Amino acid sequence: MKATGLTAALAAAATAFAFVLLRAESQRAIGLLVALGIAVGFVATRTRLLEPFARAAAAREGSTKLLVFAAVAALALLLREDDFSLLLLTRMLIVIIACLGLNVQFGYSGVVNFAGASFFGVGGYTAAVLSRGTHLPHLLILLAGGAAAALAGSILLVPVLRTRGHYAALVTIAFALLFRTFLEVNDTLGGPQGLKLGEFVLGRFHFNEPIELGFFEGSFYLRYVALSLLLAALFFVLVQRLERSWIGITLDAVRLDETAARTFGINLARWKITAFTLGNFITGIAGALSAFLIGFIAPNNYAFSESLIFVSILLLGGIGNVWGLCLATAIVILLPEKLQVIQEYRFLLFAAMVVLILLFRPAGLVPRPKRRLAEPRP
Amino acid sequence: MTAPLLSCRGLTRRFGGLVALDGLDLEVQPGSVTGLIGPNGSGKTTFFNVLTGLFPASAGKALFDGAPITGLPPQAIYRIGIARTFQRSRLCLPLSIFDNLMVGNHRNLDHGLWLNLFDRRALARQVEENLAAARELLRVFDPPLAGRVLEPAGNIPMIDRRRVEVCRALISRPKLLLLDEPSAGMTHDETLRLMDDILKVQQRLGLGIILIEHEMSVIERITSRCVVLNYGRKIAEGGFAKVSRDAQVRQAYLGLA
Repeated sequence: MKATGLTAALAAAATAFAFVLLRAESQRAIGLLVALGIAVGFVATRTRLLEPFARAAAAREGSTKLLVFAAVAALALLLREDDFSLLLLTRMLIVIIACLGLNVQFGYSGVVNFAGASFFGVGGYTAAVLSRGTHLPHLLILLAGGAAAALAGSILLVPVLRTRGHYAALVTIAFALLFRTFLEVNDTLGGPQGLKLGEFVLGRFHFNEPIELGFFEGSFYLRYVALSLLLAALFFVLVQRLERSWIGITLDAVRLDETAARTFGINLARWKITAFTLGNFITGIAGALSAFLIGFIAPNNYAFSESLIFVSILLLGGIGNVWGLCLATAIVILLPEKLQVIQEYRFLLFAAMVVLILLFRPAGLVPRPKRRLAEPRP
Repeated sequence: MTAPLLSCRGLTRRFGGLVALDGLDLEVQPGSVTGLIGPNGSGKTTFFNVLTGLFPASAGKALFDGAPITGLPPQAIYRIGIARTFQRSRLCLPLSIFDNLMVGNHRNLDHGLWLNLFDRRALARQVEENLAAARELLRVFDPPLAGRVLEPAGNIPMIDRRRVEVCRALISRPKLLLLDEPSAGMTHDETLRLMDDILKVQQRLGLGIILIEHEMSVIERITSRCVVLNYGRKIAEGGFAKVSRDAQVRQAYLGLA
C-alpha cells in the first residue's frame, strides 16, 4: 500500500517535471532541468533507489498503466493553451505508436526494418490522397493509412524473407531511399512540394477549432492529444498482449534460433510476414495521424534519417520493451526541440547516445523484462 | 512383426562431391530404442538433418507410419510426430524454461490472433494447463527443475539445459524422438540418469527413439538394436553384442586390421 502511494507520488513528480520542462523558455533553465533529469536518472540506477517502485509498479501493472495514462492527460490539460508544447506532446505520442510497430518487427521477430519512416510516409500520403479525394470518415482513413503501409510492405516481403541480418537491413535501406526518390519525382503526389491536408474530423468534432467549454478554453491541439493518447494506449496494450501470448513466444523463437524454430514446426516465413505486416500497419496509422496533425506532408519528412531516429529510439529504450520505448521517445523528440543548441547536432548526439548505450548498457535504458504470460484473474 | 514406425530406403545426401549419407536402409519399430553409432563424420547427424527436413534428401525415401516424408519441410515433419534434440544445445537462453518448452509444443498451441490478443481468459487457461504439463514433465527428470520453470534457460547449469532440451522434444508427445548425443558435456553418471529418465517417459508414451551416442555403455544398456555407419554407409546392424564383435566395426572404430 505504501509503495502504491509512493509510486503515485513519483508519477506526480514526473508529471510536474515534464510540465516544467515543457513550459520552460530560457535555455539555461532547460539546460539545468535536463542536467537534473540525467543526474536523477543516473543516481537512481546506480543506487537502485527506483527498484522498489519498479517492483510495485510491475506488481500492479494495470493500475500503473492507468496512472501513466492519467498523468499524460493531466499534463495536456495543464498545458491547455500552450500550442507548441501540446504539438510536441502529440508528436511524441505518434512516434510512440510508430515505434510500437517497429518493435513488433525488430524487437520480437527480429526482422530489421530501416525503412520505418517510409512506412510512416505511406500512411501519411494515403491519408493526404484519401482526405483530398474522397469523403471517407477520417477514422477510416487512418485505418486505410495502416493498410496501405502493410500492403507497401508486401513488396519487400520476398527480399526480406530471403535475406538475413545485414542483408535484410540493406534491403530496407534501399527501399527507404527509393521511396523518397519516388515521392520527389511523382507529380500527382505533389513532387518535392508535397501535399496539404484538411483538418481531422471525427463525428461533430472539428480538430482545428479552438476548444471552449463554459469556463474552459484550450488549444485545438488538445483534441489531437486525446486521439493520439487513445491510439497510443490501444496499440501499447495490443503490442504488450502480443508479446505475452503464444505468438510472442513463437516470434522470439524465430528471432533467437531459426534452425530450432523450424525443427519445432514454426513456419519462419509465416511469422516474419505476420510481424512485418502488423508492424507496418501500426506505423502506417501513426503516419496518417501525423499527416493530419501537421496538415502538410512532403518527401523531406520521410527521409532515411527519420528511419534512423526510429531505430535509435528502439535501441535506446531497450529492444522489445514497450515502456523503454516510451521513455526513449520522450528523450529523443523532446531534447532537440527544447534545447536549441542541440538541434543542429541532433544526429551527432543520437549517434553518440546509441554508441554509448550499446557499449555500456546493451540491453537499453529499460531492459526487456521477463515475459508475463496471460495470468488468470483471481 | 508390426509395421515399422520409420522405414528408410536408400536415403542419400550429397554435399557437392561428398556423399555424407550413402543409401541408408533403416527401420525403427514403434516403442523401440535404436542406437546409431559410428566415427565422427560418418553421417549420423546428417541422417537426423535429412530426416527432419533441414536438408532435403538427394535420393532415396523415408516412410513414417507408412506415409512418405522425404521432401516435406521441417514444420510438416514435426507436426506428424518427429521431434529431435541437437548435439550442441540450441535452447533460446534469454527465454524462460517454460517458453522454451512451449516452442517445442508449437503444434498443440492455438496461434489465432483472436485468442492471443482478445480472449485473454481462454489464453490464461491454456497457459495454466501447459504450465502444469511442463512442470509434470520436468519433474520426471529433476523435481527441483520443475520449480524453476519460469527462470531464464540461461540461468541453469549444462545438465539441466540438456534435460530441458529433451523435455522440449518430448512435450508435444512425438511418436519418434531423435536424440543427438545427449551425453555431450556430461559425466558418465549424469548421462545414465538422463537416459533412465528418458526411458521412463518413453515407456509411458510408447515412443520410438533413435539415439546417436559415443558412450558405448549407454548404447549397450538401453538400445535393442544398433546401426553402425561409416563414411555415410551402413556397415553393420543388429544387437550391440553382435555389432561390437563385427570386424568392420572394430576396424572403423579402432583402426585394427
